[in-house]
Amino acid sequence: MSKPVYLATVGMSKFGRSFPETRTEELAIQALTAAADFVKMTPAELKSYIHTCYYGHFADHFGDQLLGEAVIHDRLGLDPLGNIGVKPGGATGGSAMWEAIKAVASGYSDCALALGWERMDEAPTDEGNHLISAAADKDWETPMGHIYTGYYAVMAQRYWKIFGKSEDSFRRTMAEVSVKNHGYARMNPYAQAPMKITVEDVINSPIVADPLRVLDCCLMSVGSACGIVCDEKTAYELTDNPLRIWIGAGSHTLRVADRRNMEIPLPPNEKVGQYDDLGTRFPGADRYPGFTSFLAARVAAYYAYNMTGIKDPCDDLDIVELHDAFTISDIQSYEDVGIRPYGEGRDYIESGDAYHTNPLTGKPGKLPSNLSGGLIGTMHAVGATGLMQIAEVGYHIWNRWDEIHEDPAKWKEFGREKPSDWTSLQVKGAKRGLAISHAGVGSHVTAAILMDPNHLLKED
Amino acid sequence: MVKAEEDIGKVVIKDGRYKISGKFSIPEANQPIFNEDTGKLAGITNPRDMTYIHTYGGEAIFFESLAKGKLMASRCDNEKCEFKGTIHEPFRIYCPDCLRKATPIDITEKARKTAKVHSFIITARAGAFNSLKLPIKFINIEFEGVSTILMGYLSFGEPEMGLRVVPIFNTKNPTYTIVDLSWVPEGTAESELPEGFTF
Repeated sequence: MSKPVYLATVGMSKFGRSFPETRTEELAIQALTAAADFVKMTPAELKSYIHTCYYGHFADHFGDQLLGEAVIHDRLGLDPLGNIGVKPGGATGGSAMWEAIKAVASGYSDCALALGWERMDEAPTDEGNHLISAAADKDWETPMGHIYTGYYAVMAQRYWKIFGKSEDSFRRTMAEVSVKNHGYARMNPYAQAPMKITVEDVINSPIVADPLRVLDCCLMSVGSACGIVCDEKTAYELTDNPLRIWIGAGSHTLRVADRRNMEIPLPPNEKVGQYDDLGTRFPGADRYPGFTSFLAARVAAYYAYNMTGIKDPCDDLDIVELHDAFTISDIQSYEDVGIRPYGEGRDYIESGDAYHTNPLTGKPGKLPSNLSGGLIGTMHAVGATGLMQIAEVGYHIWNRWDEIHEDPAKWKEFGREKPSDWTSLQVKGAKRGLAISHAGVGSHVTAAILMDPNHLLKED
Repeated sequence: MVKAEEDIGKVVIKDGRYKISGKFSIPEANQPIFNEDTGKLAGITNPRDMTYIHTYGGEAIFFESLAKGKLMASRCDNEKCEFKGTIHEPFRIYCPDCLRKATPIDITEKARKTAKVHSFIITARAGAFNSLKLPIKFINIEFEGVSTILMGYLSFGEPEMGLRVVPIFNTKNPTYTIVDLSWVPEGTAESELPEGFTF
């Protein structure tokens, strides 16, 4: 990137399954107002810095409203600034930030807003399932059941059989992801599904598409989130503590069907030849990316690591927010982004590295993931998700996680009961983090890296 | 709402243009949404009866062939293409590498002899407008000599990875959509096929 880009502030609305008496613009205004509060400005003061706006909103057909971006832009009072909508599925939030970062990096803008939202509560469930399935290929996939889960779950099935070897122990590891993320959501007043559950609760929850059960799956949510990125001069006018931010992006075919066999691209911490025996260790795993891996995620991380000098994500990062659409896809993504080699994703959970506090040692986890509660415990308001993840990573690096999640007034404002055993999940001394934003079966993925400017790994 | 035969929306192409007949866009009054606890208005319903008119373009041969009991794929025959000879299923109009028009080829026999299940999932849920019987047994089918893995559904038996399957076609009442193609385990008797389907 030609110019350094800084993340000056972030904000989020409350997230919920439905808001029958709240318009989308009210949620977007909540998010932008929170971003202004975060840098101790009024919304009008913050808005005066914004030059260009990128809006993430995926499923406009749910709302029967094209150009919804223009509606939100108007209600935010940001006309006549240039604005544009982006909508690459589940990666919409990350992609809105990708655009904003490019605008600043190129020198086109000194300050860009990335704001996303989604609402899927305005269509009956069956019609909603059809509308979501329209994100698959309308001629080759959608007519088969009009149910996106079916097109996705075939990937889970293959991973389950090949890398999980259909083992009970692997099933329990999948369930641990849900227990962890629902549990962390209990500490988050913004979260839609805080739950204190057990592995057995997950394994005994209703089947969606075997091996996936209800508690293995992410939420369907309504809400908004945003981030503001700036050049250096503007960033330090907005705040004394901006973070550096970079982002990589990757893609792969909309239909999994079209994915041809290829060599595995290697991130900096993997070696040529290390996968030569993958098909021997895991019979059936000799096709890449096949149905078990996401090339787009690997490519997005590859670019992001090379931009930032990351050699090994476990050593160089302090916090990650991954796209836990399903427990099994969360495990798949550990491998795609190089946290563990292909075939060994489960170890990230089983070793305790993925936890705020390692349950095996009682010490801090090596690389905590999804302390927000993730898509499983907190929200998946599609266009906002990637931005929520970036915000949550940022709160840790800013060392302001407690301020955002602890305040009893916020719990009360959101109508949610703060648990009596509320615990700070602030990662002490966090300096660098990663947020993955991922679309559907892996058609689009972005990998955002946030760093404390005093702890860069590579000279600009 | 079930429409009378003469009211069903139909489209043909005449003189290079779409010509439509029947009833489209039947209006239905919106309804208010009240909060029963407060008695206050919160919103309205927006009923829509929509019919999209969609072209298959260069893929039409694939969908038309299903009704004739044939499975078409495409192959790049461009001498200058690095990937000349690659066979794609799903069918692609153009080679994704050289962007030259691909050659439609009939792989029905190849499918009968080599198709097997790469992955699968059974789901009891479907979305609005689903026409398949629940539960749906999604399968992904690999073929020898084909670079990609086709998605489909199994109409008889239970799916498992590696299961040899053969294609069946809705030749008697074709819908001209991808659901006209289905799969059954090798050795399935004709009497077990769904209504309208043949080998």
